[in-house]
Parts: sequence; C-alpha cells; structure tokens
Amino acid sequence: MSKMVQVPSKSIVPERDVDKTPILETHHLGIDFGGLTAVDDLTLAVGRTEIAGLIGPNGAGKTTVFNLLTNVYSPTRGTILLDGKSTAGKSTAQVNRMGIARTFQNIRLFSDMSVIDNVKVGLHNSVKESLISNFTHSFGFKKSEKEYTSRALELLDFFKMADLAYEEAGSLPYGAQRRLEIVRALATNPGIVLLDEPAAGMNPSETAELMNNIRKIRDTFNIAVLLIEHDMNLVMNICEGICVLDHGKVIAKGTPDEIKQNPKVIEAYLGKKREG
Amino acid sequence: MLKKYKNLSNYARTSISTYGIILLAFVILFPLQQAGALSYSFSGMLVPICAYIVMAISLNLTVGVLGELSLGHAGFMSIGAFSGAIAAVSLGNGTPDVLRLVLGVLIGGVLAGISGLLIGIPVLRLKGDYLAIVTLAFGEIIKNIVNCLYVGVDAAGLHFSMTDVASLHMTNGTVILKGPQGAVGIPKVASFLSGIILILITLFVVINLVHSRTGRAIKAIRNNQIAAESVGISITKYKMIAFITSAALAGMAGAMYAMNYSSIVAKKFDFNTSILILVFVVLGGMGKFFGTIVATTVLYMLPEIFREFGEYRMLIYAVVLIVVMLATNSSGAKMLKDKIVDFVKNLFARSKNKKVEAGGADSE
Amino acid sequence: MTFIFNLINGISLGSVYAIIALGYTMVYGIAKMLNFAHGDVIMIGAYVSYCATTYMGLNPLLSVVIAMVVCTALGIIIEGLAYKPLRKAPALAVLITAIGVSYFLQNSALLIWGSAPKNFSSIVSFDSISLAGGKLIITSESIVTVIACIVIMIALTLFIKKSKMGKAMRAVSEDKGAAELMGINVNLTISVTFAIGSALAAVAGVLLCSAYPILIPTTGSMPGIKAFTAAVFGGIGSIPGAMLGGILLGIIEIFGRAYISSELADAIVFAVLIVVLLVKPTGLLGKKINEKV
Repeated sequence: MSKMVQVPSKSIVPERDVDKTPILETHHLGIDFGGLTAVDDLTLAVGRTEIAGLIGPNGAGKTTVFNLLTNVYSPTRGTILLDGKSTAGKSTAQVNRMGIARTFQNIRLFSDMSVIDNVKVGLHNSVKESLISNFTHSFGFKKSEKEYTSRALELLDFFKMADLAYEEAGSLPYGAQRRLEIVRALATNPGIVLLDEPAAGMNPSETAELMNNIRKIRDTFNIAVLLIEHDMNLVMNICEGICVLDHGKVIAKGTPDEIKQNPKVIEAYLGKKREG
Repeated sequence: MLKKYKNLSNYARTSISTYGIILLAFVILFPLQQAGALSYSFSGMLVPICAYIVMAISLNLTVGVLGELSLGHAGFMSIGAFSGAIAAVSLGNGTPDVLRLVLGVLIGGVLAGISGLLIGIPVLRLKGDYLAIVTLAFGEIIKNIVNCLYVGVDAAGLHFSMTDVASLHMTNGTVILKGPQGAVGIPKVASFLSGIILILITLFVVINLVHSRTGRAIKAIRNNQIAAESVGISITKYKMIAFITSAALAGMAGAMYAMNYSSIVAKKFDFNTSILILVFVVLGGMGKFFGTIVATTVLYMLPEIFREFGEYRMLIYAVVLIVVMLATNSSGAKMLKDKIVDFVKNLFARSKNKKVEAGGADSE
Repeated sequence: MTFIFNLINGISLGSVYAIIALGYTMVYGIAKMLNFAHGDVIMIGAYVSYCATTYMGLNPLLSVVIAMVVCTALGIIIEGLAYKPLRKAPALAVLITAIGVSYFLQNSALLIWGSAPKNFSSIVSFDSISLAGGKLIITSESIVTVIACIVIMIALTLFIKKSKMGKAMRAVSEDKGAAELMGINVNLTISVTFAIGSALAAVAGVLLCSAYPILIPTTGSMPGIKAFTAAVFGGIGSIPGAMLGGILLGIIEIFGRAYISSELADAIVFAVLIVVLLVKPTGLLGKKINEKV
C-alpha cells in the first residue's frame, strides 16, 4: 500500500466524514490451537479513517485476532487483506511494513533504551541509512540521524512527551509507557494501528485524555484505528463501528447504538436471563 | 570538567573513555617497551592482551548488545589465526612484514566473517541456552577439524589434506599446518603498535555500529524481539549483522595473535578460551566497552600477578572470580552496598550541615 | 561382531553420559542454571574413590559409597556458598560463578593430587563375558555401567513421581514462586536436587574411570561438556530426555570413532547435535515453549 502518512502537521484538521472504504478486511478468518478453535469465521472490515472497536468478554479471542492480523499466528482458515492485498505468508515485520502497527496488552517497550530511541526504532523503515554509514558514522550519517531525531521529537511532542525524550523507557510511569507504545507504533507510518486495551490500568482523567488522543491520531494521521477495550464508556464514545466477539465468533456488528441494544451482546456479557 | 563529561552523549562518552585509555596505555607503554624497560614476560603479553581485548569487545557485541550467549567465540579466533598464519607463510619471506601482517589479519577476518555467516544461519534460529550450546558445538567442531588438517604451500599453490603430510603431494614446498602439531614457521610480524591499531579499529567499528540505526535495531531485538518485529525490524538480518561483525573481528584478533608466535596449535582455541573471553565480557559489563578493556587486561594479567603465590595462583584466580561475582551480584552484597552508601551519604550530609552551621556562625 | 561390540561400547559410554546428564538436567530444570562445575564433581568423585581403594585399601564398593557421600556434601556446599546468594542474579552471573567453581575444583585437585595421571583400577572385580567363541567380548565394566544406569533411571523416575520431595521438585521446576506460596521449601528442594545430582556424578566418575582408567584433574571437563550436550540433545529439563540423549551420544561417538575417524569423533557428535536442534529446536523430548503475545 502507499504510505499515506507523513510527519504530522500540527494544523487543526477540519471535521469531515469518515472514509469507510476498507483498509483492512478479513474473510472467514479462523485459527485452531490443537483441537481448540480460538477464532472462527471472522469477517470484518475497517474503513480507511474509521475508529473501530473489538469487544467481548474475557477469553473471547480478541488478542488472538490481533495476533492473526499481524501474522504472529498464521491463520488456519481465511484471508486478511490490507488495502486489497493479502498478507498471507508474510512475516510480522513485513506486515508492519505493509501498514499494520500495533501495541500490546502487556506493554512491550525496549525498556532499557531511551524514550527517543524507542521512537527511532519505530522510524527504522521510514528513514533509510546505508549499512556502511552505520559502521563509519559518515556518508550522510549525520544528516539521516538529524532526521531521525527531529521526526522522533515531533512525534513525541504530539503526545506531549518531548520532555521525556532522554529518559529510560522502562522508568516511565505506567500511563506514559502506554502512550510511548502508541507513539512507537505510529512512527512506523502505518495505515491502521491496532491498540490492545489502551486504557487498561488508567484512571478516568487519563482515559479521557486517551480518548482525545485516539481521535487526534485518526484526524491528524488520517489512519484507521482498531482497538480492543473493556472500558465501555470509551468504546461507545469514540468507536464508529463495533464488532463483538464471544468464544471466537462474531455475535454482533454495528454502530455503538445498535450494539447497546443487541440482546445477544447483553447475554454474552451478563449471562442468559433465567426463566421464572 | 567531570560535569561536562557527564553531560555528553553516551556515544561521545564511550568513545572518549575507550579510545582514551587505549591511547594512554600506548603512550606510556610503547616508549618503555622500545627502551627495553619492560620485563620479558610483560612485554610478551602485550600483543596477546591486545588480541584478547578485541576478542572481548567483539564478543560483547553478541552477548551484551545483541543479548545472545555465545560459547564458541574462540572458534572464530581459531579460523582467523590459522587462515591468517597460512596467508602470512604463503606470502613468503620476500614480502614486507607489514603487508604480511595486514593481509594475514584481513584474510583471517574475512574467513571468520564468512564462517560467522554460515554458522549464524542455523544458530540464530535457536533461542537462549539452545543457541549457546550450538555455538559451543561449532567451536568444538572447528577445533577438531583444524586438529586434523594438513596444509602446505609450494609453487603450485596451497595443498590440503585431512590425513597426513605425505598426502599433501608436495615435493618442494613448505608444510604450514601439521594437524595436531598445529601451524609452524609463522612469521612473528605482530607488534604492540599493530595490536593497538587493531583495538582502535575494533572500537571504531563496534561503537559506531551500536550508536546507529542498525545498533538500535539490534538493541531492540535484545530488549523485546516480539515488539521489534511488530515495528518492522527484520530479526534475522540484524542478528546476522551483529554476529558476522563479531566473528570477523574475532578472526582478525586470531590472526594478530597467531602472528605473535612462531607456532600455534588448535587446542589453544578450545571451549576454555571461549569461556575465558566470556568471563572478561561479563566482569567488564554487558555492552560496556571501557569495562571490557579493563577487565580483559586485569584478568589476563592476574595469573601473572599471582605468580608469587606459585602453584596456588590459579586457585586464587578461581576464588577471586567467584568472590567478584558474588560481591557484584548477590542479594546480600547488594543490601550491604546500599547500607554502606547510605552510611557514607549520612556522614557527608552531617559534615555538610556542620559546615553550614559553622559557616553561618562565622559570617555573623 | 565388531558392530555389536561397538554398539555395546557405545551404550556403555552413553550410560555414563546419561548419568552425568541427569545431574545437569535436574539442576537446570529446577534452578534454571547451567552448572558448568558438574563435570568437575565427577572428577572429584573418581579421585575420592581412588584414594579410598589405593591408600586406605577399602573395598571398591565401599569406596563408591564414600565418593557419593563426599560429592553430595560438596554439591550442597557449592550450592549453598556460590549459587544460593545468586538466586535472583542474571543467568550469566550464575554461569560465570559456576565456571569459577569449576576452576576452583580443578585447581584444588591439581594441588592435592598433582598433575601426574593416576592409574585408576576398575572397581569391577568379575571377569568379562566372552561370547561366540571369543569373537565378542563384553567387558564387565560395560555390564555394570549399563545396569547402574538402568537402576538409577528407574529409581530416579520413581522418586520424582511418587515421593513428596519429588513432587516438590516438579512443582519448583514449573513455577518457583507458586511452589513457595504452596508452602514448599524452595531452598531445600534446590539443595536436594544438587545433592542427588552430585551423588550421581560420583557414580559416573567411578564408572567412567573404570572404563577409561586415566585420572587427571581435567578428567571431568570433556565428559561434562558432552553430557551437557546430551542433556540438550534429549531436551534439557527432561529426565528421560537426558537418558536418551546420553545413550545416543555415546553410540554416535563410538561409531564415529570406529567407522569414520577417531580424530573427528567429537566433531561428529557435535554435528549431530546441531542437526537435531535444527529439526527439533528444543531437543528430542523437550517441551515446546511458546511465548505468550
């Protein structure tokens, strides 16, 4: 796919309609572990600038879907299309280069590296350096490193983290670590970013800030966001489309209002109403 | 001045400290060596120490920076040593010494690098202790093969055999490698100066690499391989770059080491040597090159320093090793250290307070 | 006939490797550390047995018991002094300490017994068996070694499956923290593991030197490395794996020496190990570990 994201411009992006032409589609996606079917017959589409939510009770297979989308697991059945191109047989790194970035439920930062270096690793494929320049620190090395630094700082600044640039990533407070993971994912210049429980462990004010940030990501970078989240307030507030998963199967799809009223969803979350 | 140093980037600090200590050692020791003021045994240790410093820095790239445990680093040293020796002998006495040395070291580095590539392809697919044991296995295989290898040179070129000297089928040539007897007739062209230059080259390559796009990718892989993949880093590619660089540098060190002696045997580069270098790296500090240089020098000389203890010196060496590891890593020692630091801090704080009080009193 | 002869020799040597590998694998499974000093405990065991028979004129079987007692004590002391303080230290620090202990044992042996090789007299007193009209000779050492190996294997399996301590060992190897919360004395369990491993090392040392009677301070190093290889070969942490790995390694080594090249026998052993690990990255019987994403 064409890389559509460049350095974020700080101008305020005007209100506009969500681009619903799909960037990411799955068709009848499924995976078995041994005899156990973890995800089955998953068909969904995420629009080019849509904020979509993937929800479901614990153990529904949500993170497994993310692992399938990023080819950490190879699907047993079905196809994944990114911008119309199949990602079958690609490595996780290649899928990222095609345009899918992600964060992790249990934070996975490069914890003994500095914050800015974490972002620079994210920028790895956007700013090229020749190997020989890496050994000698000449042949255009200074110029490319300057570009790394300025782009990393700009991205950090976007999330108000520029002052933390030279801290060790592992020593950051929890909320900042989660934010840094998102910055690192965005640095890879993706067409869609997958956020795995971004609000986990956050207090209400941090969650409110996160909601703003997610909207800002979509509006400034013009990319799609697919998120897994248990915080229903967040999901219902910012997602334009929601997919509900239970026992590895889609039980409902629709807008937040449709999902709220869907009896199957209520049943999955609260259990079956007992008669009598 | 110290504050200024602390404010420098990690790259600048590492460069200044490492190049600095090497140049300082050279400036002090070189004139002494030229004047013949160094003892015979110490003088003889200079080139090996240089070679081992290069070995330890290159192994630190694999173990400290990439985070993969290699127990076969001496294997690459061996390949470098013997290919370098063969190259130097083959060039013949007519060639200037400098050229023999440079070409020997280069060929040693290239061949070790190529074997690093060949070994890295299978090895780097494995993880953790399994990777470690396979590097150990390759180190032992290299030792075994070199131990059975016969190489000679005559006007027609190089001759190889795995059985004996006779089967080299040479009438009027020089036998370089004689199986278990090792390589013989190596020109002793390595010098302290060349050793220092090799260390500086190694530092230049490794420190630059670590502080670059490639280095960041390598460190990212060590920190969290899954996360590194998720941001588009090709794991195999960057592991290979680190591994091959490390192997090539070890090969150059091996060649330099070999050309300090007239003969050398394969057994010299066995598992124990790999372990010895690993000890230098661990005691010097993971990914810390200044520490590596100091640890290598001190530990290499330690048995020599303990010479007065006679037959007890290796025992003392072992005890020192254990005690140092316990003192730097055990939970009890850490608690003790914290206590001492607190105590000293309190002491300073108290004396400072007193001074302030005293100062206050004076000014009134 | 030479084939069968070599096979028996291979199984015999492999049994020694297996007994040593058991020590490696148990310690690895429970303490998650590569105890590089294990090979040197073998050497100490052999020296103790040698002294008991040569200087004190004791019965060879009694000498084995003494060697086991000494090595068990040694194992517990090493663990307590050198490894226990490093329980929470990085794996590499523990590895280097183990190497320090290895140097220490070798150099102590050098000081006590000197560098001159001791001629170890076999502890087995009955005659070798001659079959097929003298064409096939099975040495008495082979028979004893193989039987010892089988007995140890069965006893150890029963111990780990049935006894309370064995269950504690399995629990600690699965999850140290959880085992501690369940009231298992983790430190004691680890000490017992070292004790068993070291006692087995003493047996292995005596058997090894009965078959290959030259005893020097570095006698334990190479068999130690090979047994470590065997443990990885079979899948480190797995007791049947150590057994299988040890015996296969012994057979490969003897066959390699007999049919390919005696100088390259070790290289062949290590080459087979590499091939096996490439096909099965966690060894023959090792568990596949998947990191949860």
